[in-house]
Amino acid sequence: MKSFELKQRNHGLKEQLIHLCLISAAAISVLTTFGVLFSILFEAIEFFQMRSFWYFITGTEWSPGVDNSKFGALPIFAGTFMITFIAMAVALPIGLGSAIFLSEYASPFWRDKLKPLLEILAGIPTVVYGFFAAITVAPGIVNFFASLGIQASFNSALASGIVMGIMIIPVISSLSDDVIRAVPDSLRKASLGLGMTEGETIFNIVLPSALPGIISASILGLSKALGETMIVVMAAGLRPNMTWNPLEDMTTVTVRIVDALVGDNEFNSPDTLSAFALGLVLFAVTLVLNVISLSLIRKFKEKYKVNTL
Amino acid sequence: MSRSTPKSDNPFYDASLNARHFRAKAFKLFTLSSIVFAISFLLFFLGDMVYKGLPDFQQAYIKIDVSYSEKSLASIRQAVDKKYRRVVSRSWLRGIPRQVEANPELMNTTQTRWVLLNHQVDQYLKGHYYKVKAKNIKLIDAMQKEGKVELQFNEIFFTHGDSKIPENSGFKSAIIGSILTLLVMMVVAFPLGVMTAVYLEEFAPDNRWTQLIEININNLAAIPSILFGLLGLAVFITLFGMPRSSPLVGGLTLALMTLPVIIVSARAALRSVPDNIRQAGYGLGLTKIQVVQDHVLPLAFPGIMTGSIIGLAHAMGETAPLIIIGMIAFIPDTPTSIFEAATVMPAQLFTWAGMPERAYVERTAAGIMVLISVLITMNTFAIYLRKKFEVKW
Repeated sequence: MKSFELKQRNHGLKEQLIHLCLISAAAISVLTTFGVLFSILFEAIEFFQMRSFWYFITGTEWSPGVDNSKFGALPIFAGTFMITFIAMAVALPIGLGSAIFLSEYASPFWRDKLKPLLEILAGIPTVVYGFFAAITVAPGIVNFFASLGIQASFNSALASGIVMGIMIIPVISSLSDDVIRAVPDSLRKASLGLGMTEGETIFNIVLPSALPGIISASILGLSKALGETMIVVMAAGLRPNMTWNPLEDMTTVTVRIVDALVGDNEFNSPDTLSAFALGLVLFAVTLVLNVISLSLIRKFKEKYKVNTL
Repeated sequence: MSRSTPKSDNPFYDASLNARHFRAKAFKLFTLSSIVFAISFLLFFLGDMVYKGLPDFQQAYIKIDVSYSEKSLASIRQAVDKKYRRVVSRSWLRGIPRQVEANPELMNTTQTRWVLLNHQVDQYLKGHYYKVKAKNIKLIDAMQKEGKVELQFNEIFFTHGDSKIPENSGFKSAIIGSILTLLVMMVVAFPLGVMTAVYLEEFAPDNRWTQLIEININNLAAIPSILFGLLGLAVFITLFGMPRSSPLVGGLTLALMTLPVIIVSARAALRSVPDNIRQAGYGLGLTKIQVVQDHVLPLAFPGIMTGSIIGLAHAMGETAPLIIIGMIAFIPDTPTSIFEAATVMPAQLFTWAGMPERAYVERTAAGIMVLISVLITMNTFAIYLRKKFEVKW
């Protein structure tokens, strides 16, 4: 009898121990987020103690590595937005079109065949996309525009933007496809019953219903484009360049982060720490985008009471 | 209503109908063409990689006499006849002392060997851009007609590490580096991720604290990967003083990045186990932990594995954070421990892609073929696992 009680007590102890383990595991995953935030924040603060924050945000000259180094990030932001804009211009129509075709038009047979193919696009490592952009797409663009008599750079924003857009297609199409399929069928039937064509039903009824989800997917794609590194490191330029011409070379936040950290600079020099300042901006922007995206998708789920997303 | 009815007689006739149908068709065509574009890009892209990479699985060799003597050991260029010195690979000649060491009886003999040609001749034979003198091209052409120059299977690619000599560079040290890094990653991320998922799904009360954890995990999944590199650099290397470029730091960094993927998929797998399994366990007097450990977890295991393999494949292709923590160092030797400097497959591809010699383009594409085959195999295996063990409750 006594040994049974002892066993029970031991058991309780063991259970508590396991419980404690589980809680600490969950705590670590939370700490990671704060770890990312603080590790970047502290180094960035150190950078802003050496250099003015205001000039960082509004300055137009970025010249690290020289005696009188200047860190005005505006041209870097400009390049980032130009390349992201090109990527979204490619990914949005194609990703959304693919999602609509898969969810509304394709027969189950073709759907089962095509969807995994699209997912292969999502599984290709970004370094491979970067190689493709630098070796195949960029020379192709140079040759194409040369035949029109226009000079394009081998590190043009257009090449990395297009390839980045293709990389984002599955991000947008996969989530949009799920959202569009979650729109209740009764809405489609009602619309068709009132004499709308299939296209009008999709355009006027299905897509507006799925809009929060579609916007959420697009924002997710946008945040992915902003943070994408390998494609731009391999195919875009290093030169901070403020221009409206997508055929010129431009640089991005992620390229400058890599460039600042790959060299042999001392860790506490402003050159190295500038990477953390740029990282902080990237973190803040993507965090805001993710929060918006997640809250939109939650609203959609509540509205149509779906749990599968 | 038959088509021959005059339009004016039909009270339901809508003059805009044709235009509306046309627009509907155009819209369908647009969606169709967008998916056709996406798929054809994929095929073009894969085709382009195979077209560029496939030739690299063969390398050019030449059948000539090699003399093993004191003289040639002192100056390896003397080992082959003068006219071949500009076409054979320096790296092959450098291996001659090692050959003698392995087989001392070779000393003071002359052997006919298949000798590796250098990358310029190799590129010439494969029909790419090359820089070879006209005299040497004549020599190679003549030898080829005699069958003394041929393309053989490229063993070096799988048995050597990186090298500054293109024809001598291989993928092996990167493959081993990847394995070590991913091992560290899985040892850290898998138990941590599964434990977090079990806690959140089975034990956690639904309060503010757990909601915070949830939001956190979702956000963590969407943070750009390069920021994890900054974390690894600032925390693991600068703060904890772990060795730079090592699989240890790389694995830990990737573990933090993969954690949310594993947590989310493990939670989904746990949620799909129906509640009556748990209730039956409680009814028989099991404690909560016994129910989870002996019944819920084994049932959810295939789902957890599927998610983890997908996370693993994702981490295998990741480059940006590893560049930040220095895993693009030049690594000719295969790493033997997780504390040594190492490189991983995608980082090796990045290094090769930046090299000026044309032969590295081929090497990179061949490496990409290897990497993508591994990734597709892993994903297929994950899908197979899901299909095989999927239970409809």
